[in-house]
Amino acid sequence: MRTDGLARIVALHLGLVLLLLALNWLLPEYHRGVFSRILVLAVFAMGYNVMFGYTGLLSLGHAMFFAAGLYGAGLTVYHLGWPAPAGFAAGLAAGLALALAVGVLALRTTGVAFMIVTLMFAQVIYLLTLYFTTYTRGEEGLVLAPEDRFIALPGAVLDPTDPSTRYLLALALFAAALAATVAIVRAPFGRTLVAIRENEERMRMLGYDVFANKLAAVAVSGVLCAAAGAAYALLFGYVGAGFASIQYSILPLLWVLLGGAATTLGPIVGTLAMFYVVDVTSGYTSAYLLVVGLALILLILYFPRGLVGTLRERWLPWLP
Amino acid sequence: MAAALELDRINCFYGNVQVLHDVSLTLRQGEVLCLLGRNGAGKTTALKAIMGLVPVRSGTIRLGAVELTALPAHAVPAAGVAYVPQGRRLFAELTVAENLEIGLMARGKGRAVRDAVLALFPVLRERLRQVSGTLSGGEQQMLAMARALCLEPQVLLLDEPTEGLMPAMIARIRETVAGLSARGVSTVLVEQRVDAVLPVADRVAFIENGRNRETLDVERLRADPDLVHRYVGVG
Repeated sequence: MRTDGLARIVALHLGLVLLLLALNWLLPEYHRGVFSRILVLAVFAMGYNVMFGYTGLLSLGHAMFFAAGLYGAGLTVYHLGWPAPAGFAAGLAAGLALALAVGVLALRTTGVAFMIVTLMFAQVIYLLTLYFTTYTRGEEGLVLAPEDRFIALPGAVLDPTDPSTRYLLALALFAAALAATVAIVRAPFGRTLVAIRENEERMRMLGYDVFANKLAAVAVSGVLCAAAGAAYALLFGYVGAGFASIQYSILPLLWVLLGGAATTLGPIVGTLAMFYVVDVTSGYTSAYLLVVGLALILLILYFPRGLVGTLRERWLPWLP
Repeated sequence: MAAALELDRINCFYGNVQVLHDVSLTLRQGEVLCLLGRNGAGKTTALKAIMGLVPVRSGTIRLGAVELTALPAHAVPAAGVAYVPQGRRLFAELTVAENLEIGLMARGKGRAVRDAVLALFPVLRERLRQVSGTLSGGEQQMLAMARALCLEPQVLLLDEPTEGLMPAMIARIRETVAGLSARGVSTVLVEQRVDAVLPVADRVAFIENGRNRETLDVERLRADPDLVHRYVGVG
């Protein structure tokens, strides 16, 4: 719909990806590892943002989509011996299937009921990971062997246990998810989601199938979150029930709120900020969560629309 | 004249409270039919029932051969009915162009339709990049009508389009409705004041307490203004 500002939007996003690429050679080893994790989890936040930020659907159960990708990839690689790319595809398929199934049922509700229903479904998934402990090993989780995570390409084999390769693979996933998000947001579909967020009835009376569009948003969100989960399993080699817990449903909400809901760059900024606030404060005190809480309160007071959201509101209205 | 839209003994409820009682109306091709009545009489509910936004418990609504009551709400605009609700209900944070785009996207319409619609409302062409929430009341009403016309409807439902507007803008809205009528677009116009409808309506249906009392030709009302007071006590 908007045709203005496309060049600078592309330049900004491409510039960010190039900067992150350069960091592979500039960051110290420890921070490169942290950034690898942040890039993957930012994709999780991006998926959450499609549903919460752009469509206005506040889910309290997104850990289930991350877990669908995590276990979809992890179980197929660990138990069935599938190669890593096939495991990744299985993770995406699991995320899509779960998103469609949950979406069809949960979208019959709205508001608080929707939050509760998504929370309930996520708890079911979490409990299933504990119930089938024979296969999942519950909280203890599965550790994927390094050689099972190799990615065979024509003429080369990528080893995700190598820090640089892992960082670059995480960046590739992040860049793809970022490009997909920007494309969706600028496409008529993205505009439709925003308009639905603003007023569903208005859209219905204009002839939009609100349910179908919201279901599509849940599917896109679920696939992005599952991609993050599958990548996490393959890049870091660990698949545990902790990732399906309520904590991992709340975290993407905090990351998105902190960075800026309904902004394409909010998820990475929020994830990065939260990770480093925790990282720095935990070095000084065991009561670091108190500091994190204070930091969040200050941010909400002075940046009510999140970091990128406030930037857009005050100075850069062209930011998508 | 052929019926464009037909409501046959429709009954609607809000919870257990019945708000429309056996309402029957016929809108002819190219006609402007005004629903006149007091606040809370059921005029807006009748429009929402046509749009499928309020469930019809019994009775039927037909647009030509299509039974609208059998369609989900989002399919009614695709069948050929567009609705401009009271209070305009624009996307206030979006620009004029983006509001129109939402109307165009709904039916996959392109630039030709947009240009045709903007030709009806030249002032909007000058304000395409303006955020719609900052338009004047009259301009917002024009934008709401323009967005609805992007659907290229056979039937246009207008809910109190002149509410709160200055006389010059009211005259402009009337001209547009008359122009659409001349092109064969049938219009249902909801108003509370009879002086707002006499210059543009072909017939007036009086709604009172969820029932349609009588439908009269506008010439008859002009000839005998006491009829308005007799039916619904408004004027």
